[in-house]
Amino acid sequence: MTLEKIKVAVIGPGNIGSDLMYKIFRSKNLEMAMMAGIVESEGIKRAASHGVKTSTKGVDAVAEEKDIKIAFDATSAAAHLNFNGPKLKEAGIVSIDLTPAAIGPYCVPSVNLDKLHTEQDINMVTCGGQATIPIVYAISRVAGAAYAEIVACISSKSAGPGTRANMDEFTETTSKAIEVVGGADKGKAIIVLNPADPPLMMTNTILVKVKNPEVGIEKITESINEIVAELKEYVPGYQLRVPPTLDGDKVTAIVQVEGQADFLPAYSGNLDIINSAAVAAAEKIAAEMLKKGGNA
Amino acid sequence: MEQPKITLVDTTMRDGSHAVRHSFTEEQVKKIAGGLDACGVPMIELSHGDGLGGSSYTYGFSKVDEFKLLRAASDVIKNAKLTVLLLPGIGTIEDLKRAQQCGAKAVRVATHVTEGDVSAQHIGAAKELGMFAVGFLMMTHMAPVEQIVEEAKKMESYGADYVNLADSAGYLMPNDVKARIEAVRAAVKIPVGFHAHNNLGLAIANSLMAVQSGATYLDGTLRGLGAGAGNAQIEVLAGVLARNGYDTSTDFYGLMDLAQDAVDPILLRPQTIDNGSLMLGYAGVYSSFLLHVYDAAKKYNLDARDILVELGRRKMVGGQEDMIIDVAYQLSKS
Repeated sequence: MTLEKIKVAVIGPGNIGSDLMYKIFRSKNLEMAMMAGIVESEGIKRAASHGVKTSTKGVDAVAEEKDIKIAFDATSAAAHLNFNGPKLKEAGIVSIDLTPAAIGPYCVPSVNLDKLHTEQDINMVTCGGQATIPIVYAISRVAGAAYAEIVACISSKSAGPGTRANMDEFTETTSKAIEVVGGADKGKAIIVLNPADPPLMMTNTILVKVKNPEVGIEKITESINEIVAELKEYVPGYQLRVPPTLDGDKVTAIVQVEGQADFLPAYSGNLDIINSAAVAAAEKIAAEMLKKGGNA
Repeated sequence: MEQPKITLVDTTMRDGSHAVRHSFTEEQVKKIAGGLDACGVPMIELSHGDGLGGSSYTYGFSKVDEFKLLRAASDVIKNAKLTVLLLPGIGTIEDLKRAQQCGAKAVRVATHVTEGDVSAQHIGAAKELGMFAVGFLMMTHMAPVEQIVEEAKKMESYGADYVNLADSAGYLMPNDVKARIEAVRAAVKIPVGFHAHNNLGLAIANSLMAVQSGATYLDGTLRGLGAGAGNAQIEVLAGVLARNGYDTSTDFYGLMDLAQDAVDPILLRPQTIDNGSLMLGYAGVYSSFLLHVYDAAKKYNLDARDILVELGRRKMVGGQEDMIIDVAYQLSKS
């Protein structure tokens, strides 16, 4: 048995990109083949210091590398929409889009990865979406969801300038994905930044109006526990803080995400979960590629 | 010496919305908005208590859609600026555009006191829409004066027409208000306003201190209707400001009559400093948590005060009503 790996690139050597790199180092079937930015930066230096090939020519450098099969885009929505997405597609490289651009379908690994591994461009929704949509889905698949609402609280320190300048992108993208992926007829997302020091762990509250409350809390809890176990496989720090309760037709649950502190601190569970989801998606796609002959 | 003119901002139908559990009807809104307009109140705020888009499990569902209420208010307002509150992370620019179509002329964009930069997009959008835009810093007891100044300057740089400092927990002492208002006044060119809560019985005193320290916009509500122990009672503000020689250009008797005729009949509970409200102010907890805390205390068989103290200890900020259940659950297990 060969230890063949699929070569991948990260575009955008910021905090997210650097954390992705460390996660890729741990991967069984992904090889960190390039870190691409558009200027010399700490992130580029960091990658180089680990022996990773780097470039400041952005997506063009990635597209020129003949053997790169998958690229993570950790830049901005505008960059993915206008340059990176189209150029990667042209080069036949699969995009794992961590921006809110969402050219391709939303991917929440524990829910719909099985259906997406042949897509050219998949979008990782938002950090809050990755943390809550699995729970919404777990509830909706057994009891139906007429309405689902999530409140994501992240520490101020882990909300970067991109998030801060685009709060609406978070709420709108997450709301939509709660419907499309989570299976709720109507979705609503709220995000709150908390500056407490020491920083708080990311917490998320999920509230769902179920269509069939007679299903009962045991069945709903069982479905949630099942998906939490699946999530823990790629986000070990994911846990239920408050187990689900059912009041009339309202289900409430609270989850906490502690990060793996690969590059970013443990309180940045929000960044850890979206990156972990992105790497899990890439691993699945890579596994399919290897089945079909891999790099050959 | 001539005293400056003070602009009163009525928020009976926004902050007061918490106190009536977001149950305002079009009929009630028409009566209150029409009355305030006739009394010469220049800004009238109306939206869900947590701002546009606040209707939710977490903050309470509105009985009547806020856009319908805005239209109803807009129909009867002749002079005042119909104003909405918007918390980035809850409401969106799309919501703001809809509010404008329903007659809103001004928006107050509110963020936690340390997070002013999340208001840039929304203040910018409001200005592009031709609206009067206000930067609104919540929970100003939770940051040192120097940081409040920095956040206020950011909001000014985004285009805010004035900046409002809110004592959302009703925690500040008069000298704390003085220090905050004076420092911000000295640092920005735009006017400064103040929003009080009466949890420690200081809403009127703190509001007076705010104008004596240079604030020229003051929030108030009829009968003090608002989250926790309520806000500065606007008819009292009108009287107190007049006694101190400030010009509010409002009808003092008219406001008193309006409070009695339009608000007294709809109170769900007396707008007093009950024990929970007192604890909000004492522990520094966001005032709109109160009724949700009472609900959780009942559900988990706890003393509401214990939940409030723990929320304060955890430094929860506005919008984190969802953590009330978390705290109640953890306390019930301990």
